[in-house]
Amino acid sequence: MSNIIKVGMADLNICKSPDGITTLGLGSCVGVAIRDPITKVGGLLHAMLPDSTVIKNNTCVEKFVDSGIDELVKRLVRAGANRARLEAKLAGGAQMFAFQRNSDLVKVGERNAEAARKKLKAMHIKLLSEDTGLNYGRTVIYYPETGIYVIKAVGKPEKSI
Amino acid sequence: MDNSMGYDSIDSGNLDVLREIGNIGAGNATTALAQMLQRKVDMKVPKAALFEFRDLGEVIGGEETIMAGVYMTVEGDVRGSMMFLLEKNSAGHLANQMLGGMGNPDAEEFGEMELSVIKEIGNIMTGAYLNSMSDLTGLKILPSAPDLAIDMAGAILSVPAIEFGVLGDKILMIQTRFTDDVNIDGFFILVPDMESYHKIMKSLGMA
Repeated sequence: MSNIIKVGMADLNICKSPDGITTLGLGSCVGVAIRDPITKVGGLLHAMLPDSTVIKNNTCVEKFVDSGIDELVKRLVRAGANRARLEAKLAGGAQMFAFQRNSDLVKVGERNAEAARKKLKAMHIKLLSEDTGLNYGRTVIYYPETGIYVIKAVGKPEKSI
Repeated sequence: MDNSMGYDSIDSGNLDVLREIGNIGAGNATTALAQMLQRKVDMKVPKAALFEFRDLGEVIGGEETIMAGVYMTVEGDVRGSMMFLLEKNSAGHLANQMLGGMGNPDAEEFGEMELSVIKEIGNIMTGAYLNSMSDLTGLKILPSAPDLAIDMAGAILSVPAIEFGVLGDKILMIQTRFTDDVNIDGFFILVPDMESYHKIMKSLGMA
């Protein structure tokens, strides 16, 4: 029997095949999924903000894209993933409301997605595919067995990337 | 000052005060709604608590519930976010009723007319909430123009959550749920920032 492990907001977790891992209702946050395709250890990060270096109160590493990816990779390697083989997929980063007024947070969804691309590139982790941006929420399920990243949205057909 | 430290220091007496604000604000707003609908609308006991972001889904009974969310930022003496969330079917029924039966409550997607009515209901309700809070505290509370999204609750709530993610690892929420016998199910969520929290307490002689 396989289980689906749930990850909350500003949270991350890992799992091993045949289990899957999910996070529900991603809005402007991003869901970064990473796995080792050989050992089939994978994990998911649900991060809220792009950059841990510009914010003072950051005891929670999972809140940020950059420190969250660092932590996720550390956990994966500890669980038996090979650092050099890691591959990633990305979803989320929507703009939920037409006007986001707080000037610090203009286009935070887009900036989250961009921060993830940049961080993965800097760590030499290949980003295989992504479903980001636009103006709707996404529920995602990642299967380290196959690397399939299922994306569900309201009023849209389910897709896999 | 470290905001997350400040939040941790909220004691239960102060949470009672915040609950009472939720009670009075939402009470005023649901009265306005009941008048518009000419029907009884019930209000649950408000919850005021500090939430970890990862527990946010519980606040609205599940991240994937499809809701109409009216969102506004609040400025003036009190700063933060105000949200009015209605379960999607409730929003459809409510809009239909306001449109004198000319809406289409069961449509997969709302039309322009429904969307505009839902936004206006949100505007009226949150206005009533914030007005009574302003009367109570003597603080100036200025809401922005409302913005509307129809989507999963988790995705909608990510917007105020991210604003408070900048400030700390927890989010202070005053949540009030309201229902009627037939088909209304919704929430008010007020998220004041730390400075505003202190101002509210001070205005009520609690600081």
